[in-house]
Formats: sequence, structure tokens, C-alpha cells
Amino acid sequence: MVRVGGVAIRGYGGYVPRYRIRAEEIGRIWGVGAAELPVGEKSVAGPDEDVATMAVEAARMALRRAGIDPRKIGAIHVGSESKPYAVKPTGTIVAEAIGANPSKLAADFEFACKAGTEALSLISGLIQTGIIEYGLAIGADTAQGRPRDALEYTAASGAAAFILGKPDRQAVALIEAWSGYVTDTPDFWRRPFDRYPVHAARFTGAPAYFKHVVGAVKSLLDGDGYSIDEIDYFVFHQPNVKFPLAAAKMLGIPKEKVLPGLLSDKIGNTYSACSLLGLVKVLDQAQPGQKILLASYGSGAGSDAFIIKVLDAILERRDLAPRLDSFLEDKIYIDYATYLKFRGEILRR
Amino acid sequence: MGKVFIAGVGFTKIAEHWDRSLDGLLVEASLKAFDNAGLSEVDSIYVGNALAEALQDQMHLGAAVAEDLGLARIPAFRVEAAEASGAAALYAGFNEVASGRADAVLVVGGEKLSDGLPEEVSSGLMMGGRPYYESFIGADFYSLNALLYRIYCERYGCDNLASFPVMSHAHAEGVAHAQYPFKLSLEKVLSSPFIAEPLRRLEVSGIGDGAAAVILVGERLAGKLKSPLSQLQVASATDRLNPFDRESPLRFQSVGLAVSLVLRDARLSRNEIGFIELYDATSIMAALCLESSGFADPGKSGELAARGELDLGGSLPCNTFGGLKARGHPLGATALYQIAEAHLQVTDQAGRNQVDSAGAGLAIAIGGVGATAFASIVKRV
Amino acid sequence: MRVPSYWRNMPFIYRLSGWRCEHCGAFHPVKPLLCRRCRSRRFSAVELPRTGRLRAYTILRSPPKEFKDLAPYAIGLIELDDGTRVLGQLTDFRSEELRNGVRVEAVFRRIRVNGEEGLIEYGYKFRPVAREASPP
Repeated sequence: MVRVGGVAIRGYGGYVPRYRIRAEEIGRIWGVGAAELPVGEKSVAGPDEDVATMAVEAARMALRRAGIDPRKIGAIHVGSESKPYAVKPTGTIVAEAIGANPSKLAADFEFACKAGTEALSLISGLIQTGIIEYGLAIGADTAQGRPRDALEYTAASGAAAFILGKPDRQAVALIEAWSGYVTDTPDFWRRPFDRYPVHAARFTGAPAYFKHVVGAVKSLLDGDGYSIDEIDYFVFHQPNVKFPLAAAKMLGIPKEKVLPGLLSDKIGNTYSACSLLGLVKVLDQAQPGQKILLASYGSGAGSDAFIIKVLDAILERRDLAPRLDSFLEDKIYIDYATYLKFRGEILRR
Repeated sequence: MGKVFIAGVGFTKIAEHWDRSLDGLLVEASLKAFDNAGLSEVDSIYVGNALAEALQDQMHLGAAVAEDLGLARIPAFRVEAAEASGAAALYAGFNEVASGRADAVLVVGGEKLSDGLPEEVSSGLMMGGRPYYESFIGADFYSLNALLYRIYCERYGCDNLASFPVMSHAHAEGVAHAQYPFKLSLEKVLSSPFIAEPLRRLEVSGIGDGAAAVILVGERLAGKLKSPLSQLQVASATDRLNPFDRESPLRFQSVGLAVSLVLRDARLSRNEIGFIELYDATSIMAALCLESSGFADPGKSGELAARGELDLGGSLPCNTFGGLKARGHPLGATALYQIAEAHLQVTDQAGRNQVDSAGAGLAIAIGGVGATAFASIVKRV
Repeated sequence: MRVPSYWRNMPFIYRLSGWRCEHCGAFHPVKPLLCRRCRSRRFSAVELPRTGRLRAYTILRSPPKEFKDLAPYAIGLIELDDGTRVLGQLTDFRSEELRNGVRVEAVFRRIRVNGEEGLIEYGYKFRPVAREASPP
């Protein structure tokens, strides 16, 4: 664990597209019954959306909450595994769209579902060392679900953005502590010219998700770390509903502290945005003084864990942009054929 | 400025001429005009065309037409003003004769739209806007018309706009050069599918190929020719490219200005105009044309059409051979079809379509959605 | 659009950023030398407001070639909160939400993709405002 303290969240924003497909609609096509479905429904990016457009939405909301001059943002890092270009950073597009160009740094990150928290971690370092005054960290994905595969029910679209800076009276939350736990564990991967990732089925559980999430979280809880009692919310990476609740159980964390940040039943797994959107949901409701433990997970594999303390300014800054609930509740259901059309499966040669 | 006369006209049938080329159509119309005028030489050539670069990969049409007519020697160039390119060529030709620099000029307009797919034609028309604005977001010609239609409907109601294509088609029956020489009922128009709501497919001119030409001569040469003559005046005005950047989108100020100028130049009042060739690329444009040029009160032009006032036998005949909708609209040629038809009217050569003792006719051509307007008067001599 | 042209126009198409004539107030997407309306030569940089009202709309069913894959799509005339009129594609609308007078907001979307290899062109579109946040 590393005690941070010189880094604060100045603004945050979460975006989920309007469209949803029910898991039972996907199950209808493949003959899979309700009992076997890992979530209720998932979000689907519209035909004119991609990681860049969603990242801009989230970033614009973060900017409204932060209330800073975008030209002061020195770094824009986007973590994604479905970025629009293999070569051309998404961060520069986002920067131009929010008026932050020219910036100093803007590379894209990849670490499966934890690319967003990698961005958050690295931006924290840049703030702490004074290399930049403000930084924008984004996790966004329009995850590719292989038809008929188990992950088709959960691979979803969304984006979450955080503007970090030095702590001051306008900061909405403080990053108090951080830990990371990374190993070479090949539970899920995608080769460059393949459209869909491959996963190693049950191997993605104990040796992958659980080992790394529990490892990173324990590093914050063990020794002279934090106690479960002093933390009000636990937000875990949520590829489905079962895994984050099982991880909580393993760690002795009460379910009530996990549920407020658990969105997967309603929007599926938004990959690099996943745990970050859980954080957004919690920030939308937490009170000043409360503490949040965020633990992401990225296949390949690793976990970043943060202790975040909510500050007073959140009360006046939270409603400068729409809360995540308004995106969660604003839905248009589509059928499987429309889903394929939106995902480009039909028009693709 | 000296007087300018139309000494001869010629035009092709408008159709999808799969087996003809643009050059071929331009030559056919030109030769017919030469024969009609009893001339075989001119001092210069003006070619009206909008989309040859886009659809035929051809620029340099002026020199090409001169070569095809065996006249490679004389000045010849293409003039462009979007869909009103033919009128722009006419304006340029008129100036050369009126100034005395030329005794005779050939003005020929042609377009070969069927070489492209309909979506390519639409894309071509969209170039009338800005590449980073209308073209960038796909706000094509039809959508801009549709938005004007909506606003017109809100302000005035628009039940009668569909009467414009009905009126045009009634006049095209039996017209040899028309693309669609048959009647169209109001029911058929109103049940046709939307091209851009609320604009319906049968309220919009179709895609066709054709060429039309006129020979313009000055006074000196006019006196020596045996062919029937008419006198020409042309005026022009522009406005902002996008109708919604203008003060009043429902007023084509360019049309109002061009018509006022040409009436002044021709020393005529509106009452003395015996017929109008309206620019009915869409029903809403026909309405705005009539209203903006002061021949109908705002919101009332549709009523005139519905009541038959604009029929050949009505108080103000319009589109005497079918207009853009029924005769056809091969972009760069269109304005010259209007002029040729007006010439036939005032020289009593209009046959079944004759408007009795028409002393003068007005033709209106528009580029884009009212960004360029040409108003021409063809007068009996 | 070709790459240099697209790049030159990013401020307007990404952020509705442009120039207002200091004399007559006319908005220009690209910095002009001369006001298109009054010919004056002084301008201020502005970012247009991102919200407004839908003044009129149409649905294109036979679009130009660049937009064939998108058909049918809607184009709207929007009156932004400062009175500026702007055209834009409409996105994410339920059919019952598509009516005159509805409040809309500008969002950042893909406008056009140039095949499998070419540039992705981004720009603004308008969607119905489902949620209004308090002003800053």
C-alpha cells in the first residue's frame, strides 16, 4: 500500500448509452434459459457511438463538476480495449473535443478491464510529482461480445472520467491510499486482428479475478492499513453479479457496503469503465467524510485498489452535471437484430 | 447596353439517355439551335453544367464543346452556379452580346445525371452548401427543402403545395421533349413515399439527362436573320448559402431582387408578364418562387395552383411545357429549357401548349436553396 | 472531408466553437476576414451554447452516398439558447420524442467513417435532453 494524499478528484462523470438489450433476449436466440443468465440486461452503444464519443461525454461532465479551464489539463489518458484506432490516441480526440489541446501527454492504455484505473493511477503520479496541474483519466469501452459465448450477455458499453488535481477547497474527494497487484495470468486475451477476445472459462475465477482483487484489497486492509469498519463503500470490478459479491464474502465485507456501487445487473460489464462507473454511482450518493474502497480487475492480470475519502465540496459540485442514475434510468430496449446492426455485425463483410 | 435577341433554340428530349454521352447531348442541342437560327458560326460559346467533374470526370467543357462543334478556335468556357448553371451561362453570353463585343454567341447547357447513382446525384447537389457544414452532416438539398416546408406549413398551412406538381404534369401531356409527359393526380402525389418528410417523392423533380441551347444575337445581326426572334433580358442576385442564415428563410430574397431588376431592365410591370417558368425542383420552391417574386401573397401560392389560376388557361399560366417536375430538370440545362420554351411561346410556336398572345414570359432559375437566382424575361418582338 | 479540411474545422464540428461579428453578431464557424452579413472586420471567439430547442426536423430516406448506411436519419434545425440557428443530425430519439419545440443538447458522435481504413470523422449531433443539470 502507498499512502498518497497529494492527489484529489476535482471532477467526475459517468456515461452509459441509452440502448439496452435484455439478457433473456440474447438467451432466446441461443436457447439459454433465465436461470443461467449472469445479468439482467446490458448497455449497447448506438451506431454513432464509440470509445471516443463516450469518453467525451463523461469528460465533459467531469469538467462541469471540476469547473476548471480545460487548457490547464496537462494529460488525458484513456484506458480501453476497444479503442477506435489501433494507432492514433483516443486522448487527443477527447482533448480537442473538450478544448484541452495542446496538452503534454495523451497516450491510450490497455490492461483489459483495468485500463481505466491504470490511467487513474498514472495520472495520480503525474499530479503528485507536479508534472501536470490537472489530469484527466478515463475508462471507456464498447466491449466486443462473441455471439453465443457466455460473455455476450455481459460485454457492454460505457465510460467514466475523472479530473485529478492537487487537493483544494473545490476537490470532491481525496485519494488517500493506493495499491496494485499484477502478475502474468492469461485468463482472457485478444490477438491483434481478431474481433473477439478469448477467455479461459473457469480459470477466470479463482486464479484470476479473485486472486488479484483480493490481493490488492488485502494490501490496503492488512497490517497498519484500513479496517473494513472505517470504509463505507466497497466498489469492485463487476463482470457479473456473482463475482463482486463472492469477493466481498471472501474478505468479510458486508454485502450492504457493496450493493450501492453494484451496477452490473442493469448495465452489464462496461470493461474499462466498469469499476469506475461503480465509483461514480457511489460519489453521486456518498456524504463528506465517508470512505470508498475501489478495486478494479483487468485480465492478464491485475488489480488496482484505492482508498478515496469524500470531501465537503461534493455537496455543491455533484449536481453540476447529471447523476449516473439519469443515464441508468433512461433506456431504450432493442432486439437482437437491432443489436447486431448497432454493433456492425450485419454491415460488416 | 445593346439589345439582345434569341435567334434560335434547340433541345434534346429529357430521359435517362443510357446510350448517349454528355458531349453528344450538348452537340445535338447546339446543332438544333444553329439550324433554328439559320446560322453556322458564333463568336463564342458558353456552356452551363453543374456536375461534369463529379459524374463524368470531365472538366474543360467549354473547349470540349468547341472542338465537338468543329469550332475549336473561338472562346469557349463553362459557367457554374450550382443547379442554375445554365442561367449563369446565359447571363455571361447575354453580357457579351449586349456589350457589343460579340454579334452572336451559343449558350448551351447539358447534364448527364444518369451516369451517376441517385445517391451520387444527391451528394453532388449537396455541394451547393459548405463541406464542413451541410455536406459534413448530410443536410442535403431535399432535407433543407423539407425544413422550409415544415416552417411554411406551421406559418401558413400547406395543404395546397402538392397542387404544383399536378399543374406541371397537366401541361406536359403530349410534350415531345418532356421526361414525364403524363398527368399526375393529387392523390398520387399525396400517397407517394417521403423523400425527406414532409416532402414527398412526387413533389420533387426526377433525375434525367438533356441539353438545351439558344443562339443570342445583337441588333445588327438580328436584322439580317429570317428566323423568328424574341428579346432577352437577364438579371441575377445572390443570398446567403444556407436559408436558415437569412433574415426570413421563407422569402427567397435573391429571387425577389433578380425579378425586380429584370422587370426594370425590360421596362415591364408584373401585370405584363403573360406566363412564368417557375423553378419547381420541389413543390415548396415553386411556392416560394411565386411568392418571393411578388406574384402571389405569402402563403397563398398553393391556393392559386389548386384553383387552376396557374393552368395554361388560367390568369397566370406557369410551367407551360411541364416545368422542372414534368418536363424535367437536367441541372445545367434546365434554365435553357425554360428560355427555349419561353421563346416558343412568344414566337407563337408552342403548339398545343400555346399561351394566347403572350407578350412576355418570365423564367426563374435557382442555385442551391435560393443562394443564387436568375430572372429572365423573353419578350415578343 | 479530406484530412486537412477536417482538421481545420475541428473546433467548430467538435465543440461548436467559432467567431461572432462584434458589429452585427453573425456567427461564423471559421474565423473570417470579413463578416458575411455586414462586412465588418472584428470578431470575438465564442463557443455556442450546447442546448437549445428543435425548431423543425425532417427524416431523410434517400440520402446522399456518404450517408447511405445511416438511412433513415433525421436532420434538425435547432435554435440554441443564445438564438443562433444551427443545423445538425438528430440522434438517440424515440419516435415520440421527435417533435417541434423539444429541448435538445449537443453531443459528440461519429458523423462518418471512411471505410475500414480511412479516417473516422467525429462531430456534433443533437439528442433530446433527458436530464437537465443545474447551471454552473
